[in-house]
Amino acid sequence: MVKKKHAAVPVLEKCPTGIKGLDEITKGGLPKGRPTLICGSAGCGKTLFAMEFLVRGALDYGEPGVFMTFEETPEDLAKNFISLGFDLHDMMTRGLIAADHVYIERSEIEETGEYDLEGLFIRLGNAIDSIGAKRVVLDTIEALFSGLSNAAIIRAELRRLFHWLKERGVTAIVTGESGDKMLTRYGLEEYVADCVILLDFRIDEQISTRRLRIIKYRGSSHGADEYPFLIDEGGLSILPITSLGLDYPVSSQRVSTGVPRLDDMLEGKGFYRGSTILISGTAGTGKTSLAATFADAACRRGERCLYFAFEESPSQIIRNMASIGMDLSQWVKKGLLKFHSARPSLYGLEMHLLTFHKVINEFGPQVFVVDPISNLSAAGSVSEVKSILTRLIDYLKMTNITTFLTDLTHFEGSLEHTSEEISSLIDTWLLLRDIELNGERNRGLYILKSRGMAHSNQIQEFLLTNRGIDLIDIYTGAGEVLTGSARAAQEAGEKATDLQRRREAQRKIREQERKRNALETKIAALRAEFDVETEEVQLMAEEEQKRQAVQAEDRLDMAQLRMGKSSSPQALRSKKKKGL
Amino acid sequence: MKAVSIGKGKRAKSDAAKEIWNLRLYVAGQTTKSITAFTNLKKICDEHLAGKYQIEVIDLIKNPQLAKGDQIIALPTLVRKLPEPIKKIIGDLANTERVLVGLDIRPV
Repeated sequence: MVKKKHAAVPVLEKCPTGIKGLDEITKGGLPKGRPTLICGSAGCGKTLFAMEFLVRGALDYGEPGVFMTFEETPEDLAKNFISLGFDLHDMMTRGLIAADHVYIERSEIEETGEYDLEGLFIRLGNAIDSIGAKRVVLDTIEALFSGLSNAAIIRAELRRLFHWLKERGVTAIVTGESGDKMLTRYGLEEYVADCVILLDFRIDEQISTRRLRIIKYRGSSHGADEYPFLIDEGGLSILPITSLGLDYPVSSQRVSTGVPRLDDMLEGKGFYRGSTILISGTAGTGKTSLAATFADAACRRGERCLYFAFEESPSQIIRNMASIGMDLSQWVKKGLLKFHSARPSLYGLEMHLLTFHKVINEFGPQVFVVDPISNLSAAGSVSEVKSILTRLIDYLKMTNITTFLTDLTHFEGSLEHTSEEISSLIDTWLLLRDIELNGERNRGLYILKSRGMAHSNQIQEFLLTNRGIDLIDIYTGAGEVLTGSARAAQEAGEKATDLQRRREAQRKIREQERKRNALETKIAALRAEFDVETEEVQLMAEEEQKRQAVQAEDRLDMAQLRMGKSSSPQALRSKKKKGL
Repeated sequence: MKAVSIGKGKRAKSDAAKEIWNLRLYVAGQTTKSITAFTNLKKICDEHLAGKYQIEVIDLIKNPQLAKGDQIIALPTLVRKLPEPIKKIIGDLANTERVLVGLDIRPV
């Protein structure tokens, strides 16, 4: 038993509100069984906050609630909330919500002597018991101060009321109008010590932004920032800036860029799935075409692509892309491609972010294109845009959606400067730039960075043809970088020189051949002459031999004739030698 | 005390009064304030509306659902149902002058 108690004491039980985003920043909801004060100026959304708390509690968490209104009648409330998708009448008949309108008209009431607010307690208690309520809203109890004159009694009774609410164990929301120096006009924060939430409604440059801040939350840690929130047909949504962590899983799967040569520049495989790609460039460099090509490639793979266009209407994009041989309308018909066009200045940044979230959730794309993000700055300051994009990118990364953003950079200043300063959030950054040379302008594309992969450092010439986008190597010979007609001229010139050189070489070869032929003919002639001479020499030698033989015979004959007897010529010759 | 617990006001005498004052006193149990209020009310009525009033005491602890109808917040509350318009006086009715003003009774 003792153990049990020990375990129960330190944990502050929380009551989930079901309001989008609020439970994240309060780490679970409002303090369970305790009152919470919601304060803010008129029209900041206090009543809606309170009502959504009740409706979500009744529908999603099985906790019926009592709405005690001091301002509007339940009929008016029902009318107001039907537009937000809450059917109060239906919920009242189903016993999920009980509403009680407390109406105090000072002029009808005379006060004499001692009184207390037991009547209010009884009514509230009766309403709670009638449906077994776990949640209570008092909107706004400050009306007591204007309806009754004895503030001392009201204060004492309020103290008793909050104590009583705690005893009943209901989670209560009390709303209060902002005061001059205090959070609420009548200092309600004195009585509600556990949790105080401030709602704020600001207009900056004609664009309104709602913000929420948890001023205090006793016994619990909570997000301390100002969180923008939205009210739309789905109720209230709070957009936590910091609640998104950086612990999302990453994919090593690759997706094609739609341009084979660009894939080649990225290890031949393209982007990582779920990564964020930024393409920046000045006007008319082909950002939209590249984005559309990527979208087209995604649809070709059977993936779903969501295309947020901030500058052009869907039909305009489809028409323009048809001119470069891309038929986007087929994907729209198949339901793979969805365009969402809106002017950035149509509503505030938070609303844009929420629209992103909503459409993404509804459509469930694998690829998400925003064209261009630079226009968002029309709806807010740089830091706001950055915060919105950070949250958007974090969200997209968590859901593993490949994001393709285009960014229009201006002519002045560095091209590497993104107007929204979001470069640190980008995984792959492509830059399209003009290359002006010889009186013409050509497009160049290069990869500024690409996290987690080897990528080409070459500037490629970016061509828009009637068969889509093509990249070609720009001319880099002879220490020059040439594009467009200059490149073509240079290449043509080179071709001519080449041909000439080849011809020259061939001519030289032929000449050499001729020389060789001549030489060979000469050699043959000389050889023939030589042969003739050799023959003559041989003939002469033979003749000489013959002559000598004949001479020797003659001499022998003569010797025989002289000696009378015949002897060998050799013996004769040796005798001659001896005699010498 | 008894009158409160009985919960029914005194029946007006069979005087042919041109108007009957229908008064309702809301209380929560027999608290000091409830009893004081009833005593004060009865005294005032007897003095100024003798014979032409009717007091109904409603104990919200027994019938909490009745609080809604007359928009009761503070207790005790005296509601003048008739003659119209409806008037409300909250408190223990200790200040007779203010009760008379509140009920729109001219001293006899």
